[in-house]
Amino acid sequence: MTNDPEPDLGPRPGAHAAATRANDPLADDQEGEAITAIPLRHPWRVLIAVVLVLALAVFVIDAAQRDDFGWADVGKYIFDKRISQAALVTLQLTLYAMVIAIVLGLLLAIMRLSPNPVVKSVAWLYIWIFRGTPVYVQLVFWGIVSLIYPVLTIGIPFMTPWISFHNDIFTNLFVTAVIGLALNEAAYMSEIVRAGLLSVDEGQEEASRALAMSWGQTMRFVVVPQAMRIIIPPTGNEVISMLKTTSLVAAIPLSIDLYGVSRGISAVTFTPVPLLIVASLWYLLFTSILMVGQHFIEKRFARGSGQRKAEKSLPPVGPASDITNIRMNNIEEGRQ
Amino acid sequence: MSGTPMVHADRVSKSFGSNRVLKSISLTVNSGEVLCLVGPSGSGKSTFLRCINHLERVDAGRLSVEGQLVGYRQKAGKLYELRPKEAAFQRREIGMVFQRFNLFPHLTALENIIQAPMRVKGASKAKASKRAVELMERVGLGDKAGHYPAHLSGGQQQRVAIARALAMDPKLMLFDEPTSALDPELVGEVLDVMKELASTGMTMIVVTHEMGFAREVADSLVFMDGGVVVESGNPREVLANPQHERTKAFLSKVL
Repeated sequence: MTNDPEPDLGPRPGAHAAATRANDPLADDQEGEAITAIPLRHPWRVLIAVVLVLALAVFVIDAAQRDDFGWADVGKYIFDKRISQAALVTLQLTLYAMVIAIVLGLLLAIMRLSPNPVVKSVAWLYIWIFRGTPVYVQLVFWGIVSLIYPVLTIGIPFMTPWISFHNDIFTNLFVTAVIGLALNEAAYMSEIVRAGLLSVDEGQEEASRALAMSWGQTMRFVVVPQAMRIIIPPTGNEVISMLKTTSLVAAIPLSIDLYGVSRGISAVTFTPVPLLIVASLWYLLFTSILMVGQHFIEKRFARGSGQRKAEKSLPPVGPASDITNIRMNNIEEGRQ
Repeated sequence: MSGTPMVHADRVSKSFGSNRVLKSISLTVNSGEVLCLVGPSGSGKSTFLRCINHLERVDAGRLSVEGQLVGYRQKAGKLYELRPKEAAFQRREIGMVFQRFNLFPHLTALENIIQAPMRVKGASKAKASKRAVELMERVGLGDKAGHYPAHLSGGQQQRVAIARALAMDPKLMLFDEPTSALDPELVGEVLDVMKELASTGMTMIVVTHEMGFAREVADSLVFMDGGVVVESGNPREVLANPQHERTKAFLSKVL
């Protein structure tokens, strides 16, 4: 700290004179003298940055030379047809599971907001169970559920069933994986949707009702479009999270997804590390694309609200958000 | 004018839990009349207004619009609660303007106005938009059709809200403190639109603290306090010469 008792900010005789001289408050000439201070130095910032860059450089140079990483094998398998097909399976698992989870989540959210206490409790129970147990355990369970219920029946309980058929749903492991992932995700999605619906001001529903619109029209044209602004960002995060969670389908066990196939190849070639890197690079590629897509969807649903609000709700990591933040800062500086 | 009053309230009561907010309110509004409801906050004026289009339900008494019971159907001496669809049908000809505008923020001014005509009355987008532009011009905002509510001032938003209510061609307009949330310099533009509306013969019930508006435009004035009608009559007479102590006390504070 400096010992100088009076820095540049104190009142100055010149400024006083200017203030008293001017009678017209809009006149330009009463502005105070511009501040020309020596800017505060930040030596620690520079030091920490240098240390971090050096550490990263050392790690990269070292990793490039280590045999265990098997960079040659990474190059060999990254575009292997088996890997790219497995990547497609991972995308399909993510897409199907998320679509089912969003629809089911919306249903559960509306059930939880229902005035019927039984309907409300059923939704609560579902969410309690599926959020309260690990998804890995749930997937193991769905993997063996066809042993518990080998035959499915329709009819009056404890009487001769009208229709009975083999439980083929849960013998198809891909379908089992989609159902297992979707049922778990629906519990999370319902909470996201519920928060979104509750975030819309009550006055909106009231205005819509006063205009003689029905409950369905009010939800569809007034409440849900506004709730989307709250729902989209966490849903994007859930999609990204789901993409990675698909690797847990090994619990079912399903092994045709990206991680499963990489593991299968490495079990034959005894090169686990390069195949882990291959799988990770594919996961990274997909999550990066999803982040960019999320940015544009958020922009679309931010219509009518202040621009900056929408920018704030972007995920903290991601190329798109960084670029726009810088741009926003530039615009703000330009205004001042 | 027909014999049936536009709004007829016969000893209407309403409670929220154990709190009785309306106690035997009786009043009549004839077609083409402008009624101003005044009184301290918490006196039940807004609740009464919201009962008229069934946003709140009445507990006791009878409330009817154009001779039709609001929210209920009477059959063989018994009252049946209306289905949501039937209640919505009753609201088609009752426009409402809110204190906090309640415009749909995700839609432009024009889209706000065309929603109900399109969704409720099944009007085509072209037809609804044409009418919306006319209404925007009528409220003095002909050049703001494409603006989102966030980019309009409070006074402009409230004028869009009035246009939105008018788009349903209502026979009755309810105003719930339409200028209370506005900056003082924006109050006039909204009151001007309301005056113009009154001059065309629209039946209006206005909850307001604007005594100047009440004196100039209203055909009758009702002073409410504590859930009861304390005093009512010609606005110029009531404002100049209040009979009741509570009316005097209230007016001395707001005038």
